[in-house]
Amino acid sequence: MANDQIQYVTAPKVEDNRKKYCRFKKNGIKYIDYKDEKFLLKFINDQGKVLPRRLTGTSLKFQRKVAQAVKRARHIGLLPYVTDSLK
Amino acid sequence: MQQYETVVILTPLLSDETAKEVIAKYTKLLKDNGAEIVQEDNWGLKKLAYPIQKKSTGYYHLTEYRAPGDLINKLEVEFRRDERILRFLTIALDKHAIAYNEKKRSGAFNQKKTVKTEEAAS
Repeated sequence: MANDQIQYVTAPKVEDNRKKYCRFKKNGIKYIDYKDEKFLLKFINDQGKVLPRRLTGTSLKFQRKVAQAVKRARHIGLLPYVTDSLK
Repeated sequence: MQQYETVVILTPLLSDETAKEVIAKYTKLLKDNGAEIVQEDNWGLKKLAYPIQKKSTGYYHLTEYRAPGDLINKLEVEFRRDERILRFLTIALDKHAIAYNEKKRSGAFNQKKTVKTEEAAS
């Protein structure tokens, strides 16, 4: 039996070691400033849409606050409602 | 008395003095109706992310104040009647927001603050 190669019936899962976490919980941030558009840029994609929690790892509580802050920033013209090339 | 924060955007067509006058008019309105101004911040002329009333820049001004709730309505009616005001946003501040604003005022997060003031200056 010289079959050294291991063969899997199903493809093995490649584990992603980095666990996502909520940056607000971890850093103790309690208020998200809608006037800080540079910071809010981290939570929107290049079309100006809010990124889902599954990508940013934000907890539900703070995702709601992020969304609120982004909407406020849009209203006062700090962030665009629609665009093609934000980043 | 709740603490509020209002951002107004004025048309860029005004001269600096008239812009200041308009702002002074509204701070006076606030004070006359029993509001207590906590802080004011003038961001100056800023580029808008999208055109508002066909204007691509605006003159930003932020006021933080403690006021009785029925004053907000009065203030916003005045804003809507004023053609020089492109946009306004009033929000009620919760305790975290107040703490954040206080920290920002005292310059606790220095890096952030310097970046912001530079933006406002440019």
